[in-house]
Amino acid sequence: MSKVLRLKAALLSLLLFAVFLGVWQFATQAKESNSLAGASAEYAALMGKGAEKTDGFPPPAKVGRAFVEYLSDPFYDKGPNDKGIGIQLAHSLARVGLGFLLAVIVALPLGFAIGMSPLLFQAFNPFIQVLKPISPLAWMPLALYSLKDSSISGIFVIFICSIWPMLINTAFGVASVRRDWLNVARTLEVNPLRKAFLVILPAAAPTIVTGMRISMGIAWLVIVAAEMLVGGTGIGYFVWNEWNNLALPNVIFAVVMIGLVGMGLDLIFGALQKLVTYRE
Amino acid sequence: MSTHFLSVEALKKVYPSESREPNAPVFEDLHFHIDKGEFVCIIGHSGCGKTTILNVLAGLEEASAGYVIMDGREVQGPSLDRGVVFQSHALMPWMTVLGNVAFAVKSRWPDWARDKVTAHCTHYLEMVGLGEAIHKKPAELSGGMKQRVGIARAFAIQPKMLLLDEPFGALDALTRGTIQDELLKIVQATHQTVFMITHDVDEAILLAGKILLMSNGPHAKIAEIVDITMPRNRTRANIHHDPQYYRIRNHLVDFLVNRSKIYAGAGMSHDAKNPPVVRPGLEGERAPVVALPVDKSAPLLKIINH
Repeated sequence: MSKVLRLKAALLSLLLFAVFLGVWQFATQAKESNSLAGASAEYAALMGKGAEKTDGFPPPAKVGRAFVEYLSDPFYDKGPNDKGIGIQLAHSLARVGLGFLLAVIVALPLGFAIGMSPLLFQAFNPFIQVLKPISPLAWMPLALYSLKDSSISGIFVIFICSIWPMLINTAFGVASVRRDWLNVARTLEVNPLRKAFLVILPAAAPTIVTGMRISMGIAWLVIVAAEMLVGGTGIGYFVWNEWNNLALPNVIFAVVMIGLVGMGLDLIFGALQKLVTYRE
Repeated sequence: MSTHFLSVEALKKVYPSESREPNAPVFEDLHFHIDKGEFVCIIGHSGCGKTTILNVLAGLEEASAGYVIMDGREVQGPSLDRGVVFQSHALMPWMTVLGNVAFAVKSRWPDWARDKVTAHCTHYLEMVGLGEAIHKKPAELSGGMKQRVGIARAFAIQPKMLLLDEPFGALDALTRGTIQDELLKIVQATHQTVFMITHDVDEAILLAGKILLMSNGPHAKIAEIVDITMPRNRTRANIHHDPQYYRIRNHLVDFLVNRSKIYAGAGMSHDAKNPPVVRPGLEGERAPVVALPVDKSAPLLKIINH
């Protein structure tokens, strides 16, 4: 039953995709026919090879060519402005991973403490409420000034944007562990460390991992913008660089890659969530 | 000072009030004692603080006044000496059945080897008839099986005393019956000291050696202590053939329906330190065997002050 449903859904997805490609093809074709005005034709002649990139919005075939080209050699490195997509993504992922890891290291213990102690919760709450809505990119100037390194600043921005959902979810998850389970631990005179790792952590794990998943989603959103700002390497920089080259097929290719990698990250955390979720 | 295994002296609980006016105490001036190997049930209407009393005995809650002495030491905070079976079984859903019991056993004996822990847990799980299910998660078990795991967990740490908070309340009548039988068998075999809350009069008569009857809250007190005068080797199958059973049962029901209210007010000549011990039916045949909806007067009983 569900197998049939899945097959139908897949077919429908394919159909939607085909319709989308068709509309895209149609829209870009109509534009191409009247696009080459005199001045831009002359410009095109001057620019030589680069000109074909400025030809209005690229049709699907051209974007397809960009896909083939970049994916056939993802790890080449021809200087600072010309690296394979694999290398760019790896840079982005490394930044996200590092910033996220730092956030985990800070947010989990702190969230635990805040969740366990109503006093700490009250004390930290105003700061969390003020800091949480700040766009992570707003920290960038301060980070650049005090850290004096664009790459580390990028990692810092990831750190600061992924810490809040994790902190809040950890605190919430720890604070709402069922009274009964804590009472069991109390009547068994379980020492605090064992209680933290064997009772509170597994009980709060689904909520904590949900926080991590949200954090990772935000981090992946933010890294593109951050890399556009600081430049150098990474998928965000790649997008910006190709925009400066007016190479729209490459931009579209990069946009799709961002989506696919983001989905992959989310799937990983979805699997992790499934692993720690318990049925009552 | 006292020779009893567990003594409760002048226990009182007032919950902090939200408004300016202080709350009335849920219960006050509570005195009772439990001897080693005794099975004591406590019966009363909702709101008389039964669960609070159990939590105070367990050390999970603090009394506002009075104290509990167990085995010569005052109860302060929870202890492995008192095993608790919670109303809602309170199993950790991420652990297997064995894991849940092993968690308790490892807390009791931290330096036991893994094999020893497993063998010990398996023994207690087999005792409650769960030998087949030890590797299942609690979510895969029925309500009755979960509660059995809770009982096995409490017995496995071999506490000096067992506290049961209405353990069978959420179970259907048939399951309840089987588990009652099992509990009875285990308690008769181990001579475990037990304090149990129940709403079920039949359950109390079947299991208990004596029953504490609570008057209604607030200001709840122990109104009477009913001595169960039937032989200890009773079973669910034969208990209702004993004429004594109905006398006791009628007395209890009569208390819950008619008399539990009137203890609430003052003006009763009632010695809280020595609540009357009654033995329904033993004083001739004058215990109210027939239902008495209008009769407000307490039935004639043999009252012994100790």
